[in-house]
Amino acid sequence: MNLQLTEDGRLRHLLTLDGLPRAIITQILDTAESFMDVGEREVKKVPLLRGKSIFNLFFEPSTRTRTTFEIAAKRLSADVVNLNIATSSQTKGEAILDTVDNLAAMHADMFIVRHAQSGAAHFIARHVAPHISVVNAGDGRHAHPTQGLLDMFTIRRYKGAFHNLTVAIVGDVLHSRVARSQIHALTTLGVPEVRVIGPKTLLPTGVEQMGVKVFHDMDAGLAGCDVVIMLRLQNERMKGALLPSAQEYFKFFGLTPEKLALAKPGAIVMHPGPMNRGVEIASEVADGPQSVILPQVTYGIAVRMAVMALLAGGTTA
Amino acid sequence: MPASLPDANTLIARLADAIAPTLTPGTFIVGIHTGGVWVAERLHALLGCKQPLGVLDISFYRDDFSRIGLHPQVKPSNLPFDLEGGDILLVDDVLHSGRTVRAAMNELFDYGRPASIRLAVLVDRGGRELPIRPDFVGLTVDIPEHQNVNLSRLDDGHLTLSIA
Repeated sequence: MNLQLTEDGRLRHLLTLDGLPRAIITQILDTAESFMDVGEREVKKVPLLRGKSIFNLFFEPSTRTRTTFEIAAKRLSADVVNLNIATSSQTKGEAILDTVDNLAAMHADMFIVRHAQSGAAHFIARHVAPHISVVNAGDGRHAHPTQGLLDMFTIRRYKGAFHNLTVAIVGDVLHSRVARSQIHALTTLGVPEVRVIGPKTLLPTGVEQMGVKVFHDMDAGLAGCDVVIMLRLQNERMKGALLPSAQEYFKFFGLTPEKLALAKPGAIVMHPGPMNRGVEIASEVADGPQSVILPQVTYGIAVRMAVMALLAGGTTA
Repeated sequence: MPASLPDANTLIARLADAIAPTLTPGTFIVGIHTGGVWVAERLHALLGCKQPLGVLDISFYRDDFSRIGLHPQVKPSNLPFDLEGGDILLVDDVLHSGRTVRAAMNELFDYGRPASIRLAVLVDRGGRELPIRPDFVGLTVDIPEHQNVNLSRLDDGHLTLSIA
């Protein structure tokens, strides 16, 4: 059973981009496009979700994702409640489904869920009443579908199409839910060449089976790329045996102006944030003319509005 | 009930004649997607309107969203002017329940506070569910509730009215 879609093929929950049909991804991107100007109007709101209650359920800390979901919900006129559960009832030992049941009893219409455990959003989606939608805002190493979608939106805005692109994802793919969502979306949308670049210790074994080309040498991997996506190197990875040091990592896999020059001249540079300047990306690149890192954040609002609007509409039909 | 409807282009010309004496230099013409935009484009040209044409997609303002969801093809609204204090001529192809016009007015006010809004429609087919009446009408017909009046556009740009 596909949890994400209704029987007639509409979006029911957004949990992963793995297996999400191309038509739905395109519909989300098109809808996001029509939300783009709402932030620039006199009244930065449309009344679509008036009277709906959306709960941001964050079992793991996040600033950017939670804030953009909150802004997106508010621009749709929904009421938003933010729960940072890491510091709430969970520390008192309340089970996750008890938390969900309690919020459902407060007449929630949608849960936005971030959790350190892979599968947490699926778990909640299987449990909730039919009128409640669940959006996965990042679960463990598994998926971060709205980030993947906003990255596709960014690529489409700057490159126009997907069928003629070479896209490289660079860095800690092993621990990255963002990379997984990006790879699923890029292949679904028909990008002919998706590359992953990183040291052997940070690439999952068998990653080729996701339809990507593997490079351990950054110079070779960047050659001819239209889009370069840098991943955040999580500091805690350095403490283990996976990497010698941040300086060493930067030397081989950090994006410098010299390395970026190996990609196509008009290549864009993306990063899901938060950035480690001088570890995976040089400041000259992050702040340079090819960087679209801040537009990604802006587009994230329109894309999350689109996802929530498509989920909330027609639920009583 | 008429078996066939009059020529759309003749009706638009008649509509333009009725609107012309009331047009001021500060009038902004705004069409509602999709048919209303076609009519608005014609009126804009026929009236020689100096202001840019505005287009509205009212999908985000519909009152049946919670029942039927988002329209599959939402187009961006585009009002390339400051409507604060402006006189708006809102244009749609067919006026029926009045709900589209209500949604359009709600959306207009989210861009600013116009001085006035007037409504021009190509066809008023009756069946109003809200207290809305047009200021300019190309054709008034009485159509049974289960039937629809449609405006379609051929590849050469020719507009045709039909009942289905």
